[in-house]
Amino acid sequence: MTPLLTCKDFLHELSDYLDENLDAELRAKLEKHITECPNCWVIADTTRKTIKIYKGMEAYSIPTDVESRLMKALERKMAAAHDKV
Amino acid sequence: MTVPSPAGTDESILVARAREGDTRAFGELVRRYEGKIFRLAQHITQNREDAEDVLQETFLKAYEHLDQFKGDSKFYTWIVRIAVNQALMKLRRRKTDKSVSLDETIDTGEDTITREIAAWDEDPEQRFSREELGEILDTAVDSLEPPYRSVFVLRDIEELSTEETAEALNLSVPAVKSRLLRARLQLREKLTRYFKRKGDDAFAYM
Repeated sequence: MTPLLTCKDFLHELSDYLDENLDAELRAKLEKHITECPNCWVIADTTRKTIKIYKGMEAYSIPTDVESRLMKALERKMAAAHDKV
Repeated sequence: MTVPSPAGTDESILVARAREGDTRAFGELVRRYEGKIFRLAQHITQNREDAEDVLQETFLKAYEHLDQFKGDSKFYTWIVRIAVNQALMKLRRRKTDKSVSLDETIDTGEDTITREIAAWDEDPEQRFSREELGEILDTAVDSLEPPYRSVFVLRDIEELSTEETAEALNLSVPAVKSRLLRARLQLREKLTRYFKRKGDDAFAYM
């Protein structure tokens, strides 16, 4: 008989579980654990949602003044590089 | 004769053109990634002025060292690495106290950060406007300690692989994994305050 997984073991593997980086055997053990442990189910589900929400976050467009200073700095750099050639 | 616009051009073609001295192609690469690099720099430095410096230094360095980009990684991964180095340098220069060390020993202590256990709705973020959501998410990330924050930003916001993150931060793969777990659990806990299903917290404030 394989030893039962504790909540601590479950948490330890949580990231790899959510990233689908585990072998089938360990994955099956974790899945069995969450069907029996409501707390771990909630933690896994809300952590999965946390990751999903951050992944869906749009990169904000950069402020126009920041962008224009960036472009000016680049133009200066490019002009200097051109002069050297 | 019409010159094809660089927008929508494949990244490897843009990089090749930029290496041959096509400044428009390099400009297009900058426009593609400036928003992400600025966000990353803001998250790591937590300072707008430093973030702007990091943004400029990153693209200036990238332009200067374009011949060193071998094309064995993505261009984006390459500039992220430059940006992370610049941002960490700023952070170290600004705060010389040990709290910003990325090498400190870290207690994973997962069990200490799972106090709040409440289910969320299916798409809880839809309760908030885009601005409110952005504010909630940014504030939560910014409240993480730097070692966790950098790993989380690279892995789950910029979507680098574990190996790329390890390389960019000069950490081992196991260190990236344990910090990522801790960061995710801390954020989960912080966001539960906003995203938990209504009615599930009847006893939470008693």
